[in-house]
Amino acid sequence: MTTQLTIRNALPSDFDAVVALDLVGDSDDKPAYWRGIFDRYVTTDQTGGFFLVAEISGEVIGFIVGEVRAWEFGSPPCGWVFALSVAPKSREMGVGELMFKEICRYLKQAGVTTVRTMVDRKNKLTLSFFRSQGLRTGRYIELEKPIDNS
Amino acid sequence: MKLHKASLFALYAVLELASDPERQLSATDIADSYGISTHHLAKVLRTLVRSGLVQAVRGAGGGYRFTGVTNRTTLLDVIELFETLDAELDAPSPKGQAGEAVIEELQSIAREIDDLTKAVLDTITLETALSSSRLRTRLAGQA
Repeated sequence: MTTQLTIRNALPSDFDAVVALDLVGDSDDKPAYWRGIFDRYVTTDQTGGFFLVAEISGEVIGFIVGEVRAWEFGSPPCGWVFALSVAPKSREMGVGELMFKEICRYLKQAGVTTVRTMVDRKNKLTLSFFRSQGLRTGRYIELEKPIDNS
Repeated sequence: MKLHKASLFALYAVLELASDPERQLSATDIADSYGISTHHLAKVLRTLVRSGLVQAVRGAGGGYRFTGVTNRTTLLDVIELFETLDAELDAPSPKGQAGEAVIEELQSIAREIDDLTKAVLDTITLETALSSSRLRTRLAGQA
């Protein structure tokens, strides 16, 4: 299976497939968000940003998006993976791992030595995936509060 | 977080057996590898057998064998066979409203810690833990 798999840069024509893959999980429908991401990482040559898709026989079965972010909250330049999805029928075949390795290769070429992500703690599937790729709890802690009644 | 001995011994046993599901090991084999009590481990193994993660193979050359699914079983799955990871605040009944609020706040903090602990342990599969252990062994060999 993986011999037929291609990991390539996303094209504007992948938009519908990416939006459909994003909706596979519990994700909200957010075409405007994806339009912005495509504008930023696909239709323009955004340095430090990477939008890859996995394709088998012309069908997009997964995507991963990441970029280099620098000095947010004092953090030195670091790779961030902020979107990842694999079609349910293509899971457990190494697609996510190949995409992740490929984006890490790009990030490394861009000069960073750490990759970071953020996942809902209830999203066991994605958390387990990133754990299997060697990611551990990092040095930054995400904090939040509702601001309605403060 | 301090795991009960039974949970820790269970993790040792399950990870040791899952590292080669074809292999059968006795309680003594495992206990010797980790320097732990065979007697205590034997009790733990009985629970693991009842859970279906491990099979007891009887007869000469018998022992225990892993029968679970390494990429579906998490560290928390194993631990929760022996204990719940909920923090226990041994708080007396409060006398006033102020005391009640403090106890509720401490309980809320304890729940936050519990949630984080579980989120870590419930997303590390046996396969991931074994793979990281092998990498650690390889790196130690190169050092």
